[in-house]
Amino acid sequence: MGVQSQSTNSRLRDLAALASGAKLSRLQWSGIVAAVVFGLLLPLLVSDYRTFQFTLVLVYGIAVLGLNILTGFNGQFSLGHSAFYAIGAYTAAIMMDQWEFAYYWTLPAAGVICLVAGFLFGLPALRLEGLYLALATFALSIATPQFLKYDHLEKWTGGVQGVTIIKPDAPFGLQISQDNWLYYFTFVVMLLLFFCAWNLLRGRTGRALKAIRDNPIAARAMGINTALYKSLTFGVSALYTGVAGALGAIAIQFVAPDSFTFFLSVAILVGMVIGGIGSIPGSIFGGIVIVFIPNLAEKISQAAAWAAYGTLLILFMYFMPLGIWGFIRMGYARLTRRRKAT
Amino acid sequence: MALLEVSKLEAFYGQTQVLRGLDFSLEEGGITTILGANGAGKTTTLRALCGMVRTRGEVAFGGAKIAGGATESIVRHGIAHVPEGRGTFVRLSTEENLRLGAYTRRDPQAVGEDLERVFQYFPRLKERRHQQAGTLSGGEQQMLAVGRALMMGPRLMLLDEPSFGLAPNLTEELFDILGAINKERKVSMLVVEQNASLALAIADHAYLLETGRIVISGTAKEIEQDETVRKAYLGY
Amino acid sequence: MELFLQQTFSGLAFGGVYACMALAVVMIYQATDHLNFAQGEMAMFSTYIAYTLITWGVPYWWTFLLAMAISFVGGVLIERVIVRPVEGTSVLNEVIVFIGLLAIFNSVAGWIWEYTIKPFPSPFPKEPLFGNKFVGTHDLGVIGVTLVVLFAVFLFFRFTPVGLAMRAAAQDPASARLVGIRVGWMLALGWGLAAAIGAVAGMLVAPIVFLEPNMMGSILLYGFAGALLGGITNPAGAVFGGFAVGVLETLVGAYVPFIGSELKLSFALVLIVAVLVFRPSGLFGFVVVKRV
Repeated sequence: MGVQSQSTNSRLRDLAALASGAKLSRLQWSGIVAAVVFGLLLPLLVSDYRTFQFTLVLVYGIAVLGLNILTGFNGQFSLGHSAFYAIGAYTAAIMMDQWEFAYYWTLPAAGVICLVAGFLFGLPALRLEGLYLALATFALSIATPQFLKYDHLEKWTGGVQGVTIIKPDAPFGLQISQDNWLYYFTFVVMLLLFFCAWNLLRGRTGRALKAIRDNPIAARAMGINTALYKSLTFGVSALYTGVAGALGAIAIQFVAPDSFTFFLSVAILVGMVIGGIGSIPGSIFGGIVIVFIPNLAEKISQAAAWAAYGTLLILFMYFMPLGIWGFIRMGYARLTRRRKAT
Repeated sequence: MALLEVSKLEAFYGQTQVLRGLDFSLEEGGITTILGANGAGKTTTLRALCGMVRTRGEVAFGGAKIAGGATESIVRHGIAHVPEGRGTFVRLSTEENLRLGAYTRRDPQAVGEDLERVFQYFPRLKERRHQQAGTLSGGEQQMLAVGRALMMGPRLMLLDEPSFGLAPNLTEELFDILGAINKERKVSMLVVEQNASLALAIADHAYLLETGRIVISGTAKEIEQDETVRKAYLGY
Repeated sequence: MELFLQQTFSGLAFGGVYACMALAVVMIYQATDHLNFAQGEMAMFSTYIAYTLITWGVPYWWTFLLAMAISFVGGVLIERVIVRPVEGTSVLNEVIVFIGLLAIFNSVAGWIWEYTIKPFPSPFPKEPLFGNKFVGTHDLGVIGVTLVVLFAVFLFFRFTPVGLAMRAAAQDPASARLVGIRVGWMLALGWGLAAAIGAVAGMLVAPIVFLEPNMMGSILLYGFAGALLGGITNPAGAVFGGFAVGVLETLVGAYVPFIGSELKLSFALVLIVAVLVFRPSGLFGFVVVKRV
C-alpha cells in the first residue's frame, strides 16, 4: 500500500507540474480558446437563472483557485477560507451600502484587504503545520460568523440580518439582462485572475512554492525564504478568495453571517479536491462541483439529499482520486499512449 | 531439501523491473550473502522475499509456497527481516520494540527467555530498556533491530546492510554476535552487504548480483578467490 | 465563589464529553494519522441506536454496553468497507470521504428518527449528591465515566499486546508488517474503539443537550481542539485537553463580559491556537526525536 500511495502522490505531482507547465502546447491553446468561446456563448444558450448559477460557478472557481494556490501548490492546509470569502463579501457589501461605491471598485479593495489579512494570519500560522494549521484555520472559520453577528459591529454588518445590496445594470446602455452582464463581468475578472495565477505559478515563484511543499528543509537550504513565501502565499490565496467573495456578494445581492460558516470552507475544500488538487483549470471544475453537486444530490433523493451528497463525494474519491481534471488528463494520456502504440 | 528455494523471482517498482529472474537456494543453518554494487537489487531481493514489492516467480520456504502473500503472513512462517534503515519504532521504548518482535508468538515463557537472551547478546539494550527507542544511537538501533528479529524466534533472518552507518569496531562486534546467533540459535541468515570482505568472512555461501541478475554463485571461499569479485568488490 | 464552583463543575462535565470525543479522535489519529471529521456524527448515530434500544425497554446500562458494542462493530465495518479503498491515496482524499460520511450519517439519522428534539435519559439520579449546591449528579457521573474510559484505554494500550501492536502499526506500518502485525486490521480496530468511545460521549451528552441529528457538531470541534491542545499523540493529554477546553469555554462565557455566550467558542479557539503557536505539539504532545 505504501508503494501505491507513493506512486499516486508522484503522479499527482507530475500532473501539477504539467498543469503549470512553463509553456502552453498547441493542444492547451486550443483548449483554452474553446473554453473561452464556450464561456462567452453560454449565457445566450441558457435561462437567466442558469446564467446566475454559472456566475456562481465562476465565483467559486476563483475561490477554489485561491485555496489551490495555498494547498495544491504550497502544501498548506486551510479550513478557514470561508473567513476570507466573508471578508471580501462584506467589504463589497459595506462599500456599496454605506458609502455608495460602484460595484467594480469593491473588487480591488476586497483583494487588498484580504491580501493583508491573509498575510497577517499566515505569519503566526508559520509555526503550525498540518493538523495544527488545520485547527487554526478552522478556528478562523468558526469565529467569522460569530464575529459578524457581534453587537458592536452591527452598524456596518447589519448583525444577523446582514446587508442587502442592489444588482448592477449593464453599462453603456447595453441591452442585456443584469444576470448576463454580471456573468460577463465575472467571466472577465476570472480570466484575468486565472492568467495572473498561471503567470505567477509557472516561473521562479511557482518552483519555490512547490519546493517548499515537497521538501521544506531542502528549499531553505537552496536559499528560499520559506517564511516569507509561505506568508505571502497565504496572502495571495486570501486575495483570490476575497475577490471571489466580493463577486459572490454582488451576484447574490445579499450578505449575512450564516452564509459564511465552516460549511463554506468545507465546500471550497471539496471543490478543490474533486476539481483537481494543484491544477489551475481544475479549479473551474471545483466551482461546478460546488454549485451543481448539491443540486444533483437533491434530484437523487429529496428525503435524504445530504446522504446522496455524501455518497457522491465518496464515489468521486473512489473513481477519480486525482479529481476531475486529473481524470481528464489521465484519460487523455492513456489515449495518446494507445495511439502511439498502434 | 533447502530451507529457501527461489526460482525465476522478478520484482517491480511501479513499471520498473528491478529483479530479472533470480534462482537461488539457501541451506538450513547456513549464512548466505548477496554481494553487489549499489542498485544491483540486493535490498529489493530481501524486500521481494517478504512481499514488500510486487513480484512474480516462485518462493518456497520450508516447503511452503510464500510468494505473492502479504508481508505479515510471510513473516509468520518464521522469516525475520532486519530492514534497511532499521525500522525502529521510535516512539516506543526499547523493550516494547523487542516485545513487538514476539507479537505472533503465543508462548510467554519462551518469549521471556528469548528477551533475556537478547539482553545477553546486547547488554547495551538492557541498560536502555525503558528509553524511547528513537533516542538510541545508530549502533544501538541496529542492535535493537537484530534483537527484535531474534525475538520472532525465526528460522531465517534477512539482514539488510547490518554494517550501514556503524563504526568499524561496532561492525565487527555485531558480526561476531551474528555468527554466534547463527551457531547457538541455529538461525539461517541471508545477509546483504556493501562491505564484501566482511560478509564473505562470515558467510559460507555467496551470490553476486548485477543489475537484477545473479552472475556468480558459489561458496564464500570460491567467491573470495574469484578474479572479478576481487577486483570489483574487494579491492585487491 | 459559589457561582464560580458551579460554573467550573459544569465546565468539567462538558469537558468530560469533549474529552471522550478527543480520545476517540486520538484513537483514529494514532492508527492512521488522520482526523476523522465524521466522528461526531458517528457518535450521534450511536446515541440514536441507544435511544431505540431504550424505547424497546432495554435497561439503561445494558443499552450503554450494547450501544458501545454495536458502535464498535460498525466502526470496524466502516473502516474495512468504506474507508479502505482510499487508504494511502492522499490525506485530502480521505478527508473528503470523512466529510461524505458525515453528511450521510447526519442525513440518514434525520431520515430514520426525524429532526425533532428527543429527550435522552440519564442513569444518574436527579437530586444533587449529598444535597450539595455546586454540582449535579449527572455532571459528576459524566466526569466519572470519562475517567473510567480513559483508564481502560490506558490499560489497553499500555499492557496488552494488541494495544502495543496498534501503537506500532500507527507509527511505522512497514516495520509492523515485518513483525507479523496485520496492519489493516489494526486500523479497523482503531476505528471500532473510536466509534465505541464516541458512543459513550454521545450517550453522556444527550441528556444535557437533547438528542437531535446536529447535536454533536460543536462537540466534535471542542473534541478536536481538546485533542490538539493536550497533544494529539498522547491519549491522556487529549483527555486533559478536553477537560481544559470545557472549563475554559464555560468560564469565559460566564465571566468575560464583552464575550458572552455568542463569542465564547471563538474565544476559546483563539486561546487554543495561541497556546499552539508557542507549543506546536500541544501541552503534552510527544516530541519525536528524529534522526535526519
